[in-house]
Amino acid sequence: MATVSDRVRNATTKQDIREVTTHFEGDKGILEVQTLNAWYGKTLAIKDISMSIRSRTITAIIGPSGCGKSTFIRCLNRMHEVSHGGRVSGSVLLDGKDIYARDVDPVTIRQRIGMVFQKPSPFPTMSIFDNVAAGLRLTRLWSRRGDLQEVVERSLRQAALWDEVKDKLNQSGASLSGGQQQRLCIARALAVAPEIILLDEPCSALDPAATLKIEDLMRNLAQEYTIVIVTHNMQQAARVSEWTAFFLLGEMIEYGKTVDIFSRPKDKRTEDYITGRFG
Amino acid sequence: MPRTSFERHLHDLQDDVLVLGSMAEKATYRSMEALKNRDLELAKQIIADDDEIDRKRFDIEEKCIELIVTQQPVASDLRIIVAVLNIIIDLERIGDHAEGVAKIAIMIGNEPPLKPLIDLPRMAQKTGDMLRRSLDAFVNRDAEAARQIAKEDDEIDALYNQVFRELLTYMVEDPRTITRATRLIWVAHNLERSADRVTNICERVVFVITGKMEEIGVPNVRGS
Repeated sequence: MATVSDRVRNATTKQDIREVTTHFEGDKGILEVQTLNAWYGKTLAIKDISMSIRSRTITAIIGPSGCGKSTFIRCLNRMHEVSHGGRVSGSVLLDGKDIYARDVDPVTIRQRIGMVFQKPSPFPTMSIFDNVAAGLRLTRLWSRRGDLQEVVERSLRQAALWDEVKDKLNQSGASLSGGQQQRLCIARALAVAPEIILLDEPCSALDPAATLKIEDLMRNLAQEYTIVIVTHNMQQAARVSEWTAFFLLGEMIEYGKTVDIFSRPKDKRTEDYITGRFG
Repeated sequence: MPRTSFERHLHDLQDDVLVLGSMAEKATYRSMEALKNRDLELAKQIIADDDEIDRKRFDIEEKCIELIVTQQPVASDLRIIVAVLNIIIDLERIGDHAEGVAKIAIMIGNEPPLKPLIDLPRMAQKTGDMLRRSLDAFVNRDAEAARQIAKEDDEIDALYNQVFRELLTYMVEDPRTITRATRLIWVAHNLERSADRVTNICERVVFVITGKMEEIGVPNVRGS
């Protein structure tokens, strides 16, 4: 398994994309969540969540609808505060530095911590190429067409989409199938070289074959990236993740190794939920 | 509230295990009856009945597979099904050991008895009793009882050692008894193995309840 630093050493391009955007010391992508609370107006949506998300692993967040799991991951890249009435307290340390600190620019955070949503959301008027390049252009990380091409190809390859689209990069992103669109969105997220990728129900709109493809992709990406996935498909959480957190009514009930959560959960509420005896 | 049909299937599955358990228990007692009473007809019947035990075991295994495929069980549901898959193997083997005793009964046939059988029936009684209680512990989710029953395997081991030593004495004193004594040692060995299988079942019961694999009461015979 190539480590991040291996990847830098072996980079063939003069400027490896990551060098431009991030620094390379130690284990990147460790998230330390400390007593995190989030509100919508006066409603407290998540309560006192503290957890440590390990670098280069897949962590799944499971729980019934309305348990706060999506709100939670939206707090991890400062997306929650964009929602109407969205407010957050507590801290989220990314490699030791609080992303909610006063001097931190949320845009930089969202670039380091990318996100992919439930519904594939390619920019409909843009070509496949431009969809992937969009983030780079917006953040003005890239200007030269040649380099841009390299990054787009690399991102599409990482998203396991390159072979399917390499001959039609100028076609609209909307012309792709649902599963391809979702991989395009993953490529778009990868293009800006994040350290962490947040996936909010990435497969709920996909058929089983496309779902398995995304899951495979996630496992490959986890060799280099830290992945947090929200899913209400428990089998999916069991299949892809190494760590699982169970949320209920805005609280984190149990957090542990996925194999333990699904074979010997400690909390009765976890047991009831995963065995389908909930409510 | 939800998953009532799955709950019913799980319940039925455990009932099936109880049925298989009672078949194995009965075979254990009856094989001893056949040996003690020199009832060759009964011995033949036990051998024939063992096919039914085997069939029942595969039948339960299929039900387990069906539940795994259709229900994707997790947590305690999964542990119950995994435990059942293991327990039925132990039960089937206990049936085989009973069949083994029945075969020895046929082998002995009408040879003059070496000695009155006392400890061997005691071993069979104890093994059958432990077996029944281990399955009660399974359906009652009683880890404490399961641990206790597993410890009682020491009594079986003690009886086995005693039988072994006694028969050895016979053989040393009179080599003409070697064939008959050896056959009785085989009987004791079958029973001792059956009781070890009960210990396995007890370990599975503890696993269902606690989620932990625990070895209870490491057997202390093996040769002696």
